[in-house]
Amino acid sequence: MSENVTPPPEASDLICAKCKQPLVPGKVNATYLGNTFPVELMRCPGCGFVYVPEALAVGKMLQVEQALEDK
Amino acid sequence: MDGQQVKTWESRCIEESPPACSAACPVHVDVRGMAELLAKGDFKAAHVLFCRFIPFPEIIGRICDHPCEKSCRRSEAGDAIRIQSLEQAVVEAGLSAPRFRTGRAMERKRVAVVGAGLSGLTVAADLTVKGHTVVVLEASPVSFNRLRSFDSERLPAAAIDADLGRFGGTAVEFRHNVTPDIGTLVAEFDAVYIGTGPVLPGELAGLVELTSEGRIAVDPLTYASSHPKIFAGGSQRYGGAYSPITSLYDGRCAALSIERLLQGASLTANRDNQGSQPTRLFVNIARHAPLPAVPAADPRGYTATEAQAEAARCFPCQCRECVEVCPYLKDYGSYPKRYIREIYNNETIVMGARKSNRMIDSCTLCGLCAEVCPEQLSMGEVCLSARQGMTEKGRMPPSHHDFALRDMAFSRSDEFTLARHQPGFESSAIVFYPGCQLAASSPDHVARIYAHLCASVEGGVGLMLGCCGAPAQWAARADLLAEMRAAFAAEWQRLGRPLVVTACSSCYRMFADHLPEVPLESLWSLLSRTDAVARQSSPRWQPVSPLAIHDPCTTRHETEIHASVRSLADRCGASVRELDGPQLTSCCGFGGLASFVNPGVADKIIDRAIGQDEADYLTYCAMCRDNFARRGKRAVHVLDLLFPDSDDPAARPDPGFSMRQENRGRLKRRLLREVWKETVNEPAINIELVVSPETHADLERKLILLDDVRQTILHAEASGEKLIDPKSGHCIASYRRISMTYWVEYAEEHGRYVLYRAYSHRMQVE
Repeated sequence: MSENVTPPPEASDLICAKCKQPLVPGKVNATYLGNTFPVELMRCPGCGFVYVPEALAVGKMLQVEQALEDK
Repeated sequence: MDGQQVKTWESRCIEESPPACSAACPVHVDVRGMAELLAKGDFKAAHVLFCRFIPFPEIIGRICDHPCEKSCRRSEAGDAIRIQSLEQAVVEAGLSAPRFRTGRAMERKRVAVVGAGLSGLTVAADLTVKGHTVVVLEASPVSFNRLRSFDSERLPAAAIDADLGRFGGTAVEFRHNVTPDIGTLVAEFDAVYIGTGPVLPGELAGLVELTSEGRIAVDPLTYASSHPKIFAGGSQRYGGAYSPITSLYDGRCAALSIERLLQGASLTANRDNQGSQPTRLFVNIARHAPLPAVPAADPRGYTATEAQAEAARCFPCQCRECVEVCPYLKDYGSYPKRYIREIYNNETIVMGARKSNRMIDSCTLCGLCAEVCPEQLSMGEVCLSARQGMTEKGRMPPSHHDFALRDMAFSRSDEFTLARHQPGFESSAIVFYPGCQLAASSPDHVARIYAHLCASVEGGVGLMLGCCGAPAQWAARADLLAEMRAAFAAEWQRLGRPLVVTACSSCYRMFADHLPEVPLESLWSLLSRTDAVARQSSPRWQPVSPLAIHDPCTTRHETEIHASVRSLADRCGASVRELDGPQLTSCCGFGGLASFVNPGVADKIIDRAIGQDEADYLTYCAMCRDNFARRGKRAVHVLDLLFPDSDDPAARPDPGFSMRQENRGRLKRRLLREVWKETVNEPAINIELVVSPETHADLERKLILLDDVRQTILHAEASGEKLIDPKSGHCIASYRRISMTYWVEYAEEHGRYVLYRAYSHRMQVE
């Protein structure tokens, strides 16, 4: 994990720079090596920009990537 | 992987060969296992283990003639383990052996055993366990009659009776005071075993063949006589001094033959391991300090405490020479024979996870295991073959080698590649090939060597910048390797097929192995042979204390290179001492791309290497030097001796991945400007980053380049696609480059971009 002193941002605080709207939970598709899973992530209700926090990227998401690579 | 090749590899790992004691024991008692249990004080488990091999533990535990002790390897470092005394301590611990369990044979047959001694009753025990009906016929009034004449203090009657008690509840029928007619038994029973001790039953003539000494002639493997139903063993067979364990062994072998006869199976098949034999197991005795045997206070035997102390003297015998020297092999907790099986299963598995992928890709392919293996088994060869299978079947995890292959692609790109004659020359006597990692680590040295070579070698010195393809070879990417080989060969031919002089050991190995038509010499051998450096150098820096020399693994057998580097160091006035010597050198973790796949294991490999000597290290591989520096070891490259350019080169930090690429690009542009007098501008920096050392170290761990960060910010600023955290004022942006999505948290300050965080994932989200 990161040793950054800056704490990670709260997803609920984030605002889309383009649409000026706060993120809301939404269904998105995560795809790797031809496998697609529906997941709920925070996204911009306007443009659809999906936010992946670091804890997810280096945690659960990495685990799933590695499991799929070894399948 | 070829199944036959896998079997050959497996057979070369001798770790599962029995220890000398078990191999010498005719019935292969697991002495090592018992000693390990006793050393822990677990007498109960040791007793269970003993009883698995010995049907009459109370007797054998006290009177075994213990051939095991003569072969005990502990005798080469102190006294042999007193195995017989340990067994006695086990059976005197007040534990009782369970009764024999009568098995359920598919077809219950009738077997007559003549003689209730150790061999005969072993036949009775083994066959009743198999489920056959056994009748024991004994001339004397009691079973184990001969054993009852032993010194009763050594072998009390109670011990004999306790072992006989194991027949309690079985269907074995004992008939004492009978001298049966063997011919009648043969007619009545399916098989007959004769174990009557020194005296033969009289009326055998004509029934079975006899030896010239009047014993029953039996096959030494099967104990079968000339009569198909009659088997014989025990002291009437071997004669001479009475050996309890040999009698027991005879019974065991005959029982196996009788069982096979009754089943209609081959009497001779698969009996290679039968009986006392030598072992292939290698034991490095030098690893163990000599220890004398634990004395017994009471000459009659060990106390439990004494037995425990004596058992703890057992090494135990094992080979594991490779595991001892390789943190990678140690990390997975086993030894090559098992690893090879796991790796083969990983390739052939139909359903389920391929659990060994990471293990296969964590080997540095350095070859040290083969150097220390008594059978020269190379796990690198196994792992590389497995990797080839993985890439051929499209099952190589993309994340394992992606970063290293992208770095290789950079070194193959126009950003770095170059192939030219020396300015003013139409041909090249030699071409200098510094390699991508020296250029990445120490570009200034590359420029200085090239200038030095141009000044000192007649006939023109060409220069080739590029990648030798080692990462493609290690990642088992035959396609990329072939491309690079063809590209190199074309440029080399264009330069007039000159002698290629490499500064990197991995490049040397790659060209030697994959381009045998290319004449090759290492820079160190060239410099040492031409004596040029000693004349021109005027060192600003000289090591004051001796350096310990670490040789790169890729040239472990190139003795000329080893000698050249030592000679160059000597000429520079450096005092150098050896670690384990060049042939037993270890990898710095870069080999096989292991550090990208398993950084934890790679760090353990580096830490082992740098822990071997307190002195600053002298290396001649840029990756070795930088990896040692990254793990906190002071290390110099031989070029720091030859072309000194700082007051303390051993303190130079590892440049890191981002700087490595930047250094390569800058080196090419600098050489084009300075050597070939071309106008080449440095690329404009469109994003100026501010990165703290902590964040920079974090990026290196995550294999994220500053260029990835710049491209992400550039994309966000150009498109406006980013998030804002109103609390901190930071921007959060993401950018997909080929197979990776990069996330960057940053803030613009006075036209510069302060980086707070970066991470990546491979999964696509939309």
